Formats: sequence, C-alpha cells, structure tokens
Amino acid sequence: MTDTSVPAAPGPTDRNIPRGKRGALRWWVLAFLFAFLAFMLAPIFLALNNAIKTATDYATNGPLALPQSFTVEGLLGFWSYVDFTSKIWNSLLLSAAVALFGVILSLLNAYAIGVGRIRGGRATLVILLLGIMIPQESLVYPLYYLAKSSGLYDSLWAPIIIFTVLQSAFGTYLLSAVMTTFPHEILEAARVDGANRWQILWYVVTPILRPTLAVLATFFFIWTWNEFLIPLVLLVSNANQTVSVAMGALSGQYVSQPTITAAAALLGITPTIIFFLIFQRTLTKGVVVGAVK
Amino acid sequence: MAMQTTLRRRSSSAYWLYLFPGLFGFLIVVGIPFLMNIGVSFTSWRGIGMPKFVGLANYARLIADSAFWMSLEHTLFFVVAMAVVPTLISLLVASVLFDYISVRFGQGLSSFFRAGYYLPQILPISVAGVLWGWILNPHGVLNMILEATGLGGLVGNWLGDPDLAILSVGFVMVWLQIGYSLVVFMAGLARVDPSLYEASELDGAGFLQRFWYITIPMLKPEIFVIGLTTTIAALKVFAPVYVMTNGGPNNATLVPSFFSFYHFFSTVRVGYGAAVATAQTAITIVLAAVFLWVQSRQTEEGDHD
Repeated sequence: MTDTSVPAAPGPTDRNIPRGKRGALRWWVLAFLFAFLAFMLAPIFLALNNAIKTATDYATNGPLALPQSFTVEGLLGFWSYVDFTSKIWNSLLLSAAVALFGVILSLLNAYAIGVGRIRGGRATLVILLLGIMIPQESLVYPLYYLAKSSGLYDSLWAPIIIFTVLQSAFGTYLLSAVMTTFPHEILEAARVDGANRWQILWYVVTPILRPTLAVLATFFFIWTWNEFLIPLVLLVSNANQTVSVAMGALSGQYVSQPTITAAAALLGITPTIIFFLIFQRTLTKGVVVGAVK
Repeated sequence: MAMQTTLRRRSSSAYWLYLFPGLFGFLIVVGIPFLMNIGVSFTSWRGIGMPKFVGLANYARLIADSAFWMSLEHTLFFVVAMAVVPTLISLLVASVLFDYISVRFGQGLSSFFRAGYYLPQILPISVAGVLWGWILNPHGVLNMILEATGLGGLVGNWLGDPDLAILSVGFVMVWLQIGYSLVVFMAGLARVDPSLYEASELDGAGFLQRFWYITIPMLKPEIFVIGLTTTIAALKVFAPVYVMTNGGPNNATLVPSFFSFYHFFSTVRVGYGAAVATAQTAITIVLAAVFLWVQSRQTEEGDHD
C-alpha cells in the first residue's frame, strides 16, 4: 500500500540504525520512564528517608529533605513495641510451612490428574479453582467457628492448613497442566524397570519438575506472607500474629508520631525487599508460568 | 488391546489415592465452610447457641439496605481502579519498554524498569496501607509537601473527606496493581516475533500504529487473563479499606468484603454477614463465568479467521 521503495529488511541489526537516529525524542521517553519509576518508588523512598530522622528534624525540614539527623530510635522503638521478632518468626514459619506442604499437596493432586488421568480430573480442577475464586469472606466465619471448636483457634496450625489447601488449588492447576505434557516414554521406561507409582512420582517426576516446584514454592511463600483476612481473624493474640496483621492493626495509631509510622512502614517493607532480591528471577519468570498457562 | 484398556482403567483408579489428601483438605477448608455459610445466611445467629431459621429475611433486608448497594457501587469503582486503569497504563508502558527502550537502550534497561515498577505489587497490602495512610493523613507527607511548595490551596483530608477517600484508596490500588499487569504483558510480548515490528516499521507504521495493530491484538490472551484476575480481585478488596479507612468516612469506602466482615465480627449479626458474603460470591461467580464465556467465544472466532 504505502509507496516505500525500501528494500526488504536485510537483518535485525538494521533496525537500530534508522530508529536510533531520530534525535531527542528517545531521551524524553527515557526521562519520562525515570520520572514514572521515581513516582512508583517514592513512597518506599520516603519511608526510608524519614524512618531514620529525629522527630524535630522531620518537623522542621519536612519529609522530602534528606535526614540532617540520624536515629534508630523509631525503628528500635517500634520493633520492641510490637515484638517484631516474633511477628517475623510467625510469618516465616507460616509461609515456609505453606510453601512446603502446598507444593507437596499440589504434586500429589496433579500426579493423579495429570499422569494418572483419573476420571473426573478436569471437573476436580474446575472445582478446586472455583474454591480459590470465591471471596474468602464466604469461608471466614465458618473457618473461625470450626477453628474455635477444634481447638486450633489462635494457633499457627489453622492458617497453615487453610492456606496449604487454598494455595494448592492453583498449584494443582499449574502442575497438572505440566504433567499432562510429561513425556510418556520416560514414565513407561520407569514402569518397565519395575518402579511402582510412588517411586515414579518421587524418583522420576519430582526431580524433572524441580524448577517449576521452586517457582511454585516461591509464589506460595510470598502469597502467604501477604495474606491478611484469615490470619487477622484466626490469630488474635499478640504472640501469634504475623507481620501483615501487625501492620494492619497499626492503622492511625501513630498519626502524631510520623517518624515512628515511617519506621513501621520501613520494617514492613524490608522483608519484602529481601525476598524480592532473592526471588527476583524466579518471580518474574514465574508470573509467566502462572498467567499464560 | 482389550486387556490393555482394562489394565489402564485399573491403574487409573488407583491414582485416586493420590487425590485423597487434597480432596479431604478441600472439603474441610472450602466445601463444608462454604455450605455452612450459605446455611447460616438463612438464619439469625449471634455466633453462639442454635441459629434460628428465618428463611429469606436476611436477603430481603439486604436488598433494602442502602449501605449494601453503596458497597456495590464502590466495587464498580474498584474494578476501574484495579482492572481498567492499571491495564491501560501497563499496556502502554510495556509496549514502550518492548518496542522502544529495549530496541534503543538495550534489554537490560528495560528489565530494570520492569523490576522497579513491579516492586509495589509484592508488598503486603497492609504494609502498603500503613505507608499510604502515613502519606495521606491530614498531617501527612502529601499535605506537608503541598504546603511547603506553595500549593497549600490543594491540601485535603485525603482519607477523611467522603468525596476524596474513595479516590485516594483507588489511587493506591492503581499504584499497587500496575506491576502485575506490566510483568504479564512483558512476558506476553516476549513471544511476539520481532520481525513483525520491523516489517511494519519499514512499511511506515509509527509507534502508535504498531501499538494498536500489533501489540494489542497480540496481547489479547494476556489482556483477558489480567482482566479476569484483577476484576475478581476488585470484587474482594478488603485489606486496603480495612487499613486505610475502615470503610469510612460515613461508609464512603464501604465494600462488600468489609461489610460482611463488619457484621461477622463487630455487630455479630452472623446470618446477615453470611448473606452479604453469599451475594458477593454469587456476583463473583457470575462475572467470572461471563468473562470465560466471552473469552471462549473470542478464541472460537479467532479460529475461524
């Protein structure tokens, strides 16, 4: 249609030459993206910037000025006030347990559906997925009631069991999709060698799926770390609360002490940043796995 | 042949054993509580003693309750703030990163931006709530900055003014959600053949044309997945409202999840709370079904082309 007498593209590197020379625009685009990045990260930077100031410094120089003073009083004060060590420990325990048990449960479910091709496998998957789609509000009161009557109320075991089951629905969905495409020859060969179903799962399937299992465990860990409603309802006593719940309970408590709130926010952010740095690769790769089947 | 089939079927049923723990757990954690919740929604119950059967009374009250309708209106607003706006922004940003930045400045820079934009997404929502509550409260960071820069006229009670509160919470949700859709769109673009962009560029298509005629059609599956997952997430918003506004001021940020939570644990009208939760669940399932139906029709049409 367009009358361009340009010859067919000779090679991929050619693309850079005409485009790269279009002048100042590229720097404007870059500047805009950096401005957008600054905006996205500004709240986090502000928390860091003000968590280490004294209250007077904050009041006189404002939240944007770089610290003229340095104090860890806010951080330490908040840490000991909410007993942050125990919050971190509870969150770690809960998230790690769910990551481990959730992956095992997903593996067992997916083995039956993906490799075993049991009848009703697809229907089972749909029901599991419906289970995680429905709002947790429609489960939370009965779960609260059941936890109370079974003595698991205010124990980490209640959310561990609940999240293991809830997270494994997604895990089952993902892993059974992967296992359906599992090379049949390998399974057949193992069978011929006399391996039973359990051995095939444990010695053949699991090692091959290890990278996917790692992604899944990472997801489960972070999702559980961030969960709010169910831990809020089930873990009442201070000693059993998670980081997420402790943060939520804070709302508006320190309006008059902005540097302490900044310190609290910073403490809440820090574990996530650490996970982000550790899991960055797995995470960004994993979203692909999770979203596009 | 026949023997093989029977063998296969026998072995297939043995695999049920592996599904047993998962199904048992699902029954305890989802199945039974879900049915209990529906059952309770037909009763009047204070959480102790025997629930008293009241038929559809809770639902009749629900339909007449203006607070419930208000919470649904807010849900619509959150669909815009969590599904529509972040999707539009990240479509544009993803295509700039893919079709412009990584071509001119290299893949590394594009990955750097992606990682930076993604960070808010993995913060626990309650932490994000504390952070933004600190920024948006009347004596908070935003108002201090506005005053210091001579924009004192713009100072507002961002979370305390009924007209502003929902906009503020919605804004925070946009901030939180951008990273999720961006990462998914970037991943989707990775499977697009770059020569498509090169060819269209040689044909004289500008950035916006490539965006409209290549990027958007190519990302259709991702847009659907994102649309579905973020819409469902919008129907369930709880933590940001709980942490930042507690549903207030004057129910200005009330959402169904907070509404049922409030009746479960504050007024202890458990039956009524259960009715709210059941209605919310029904809406969620209907919406998801519509979404999936539209999606399957779309893919069918695509196959006919």
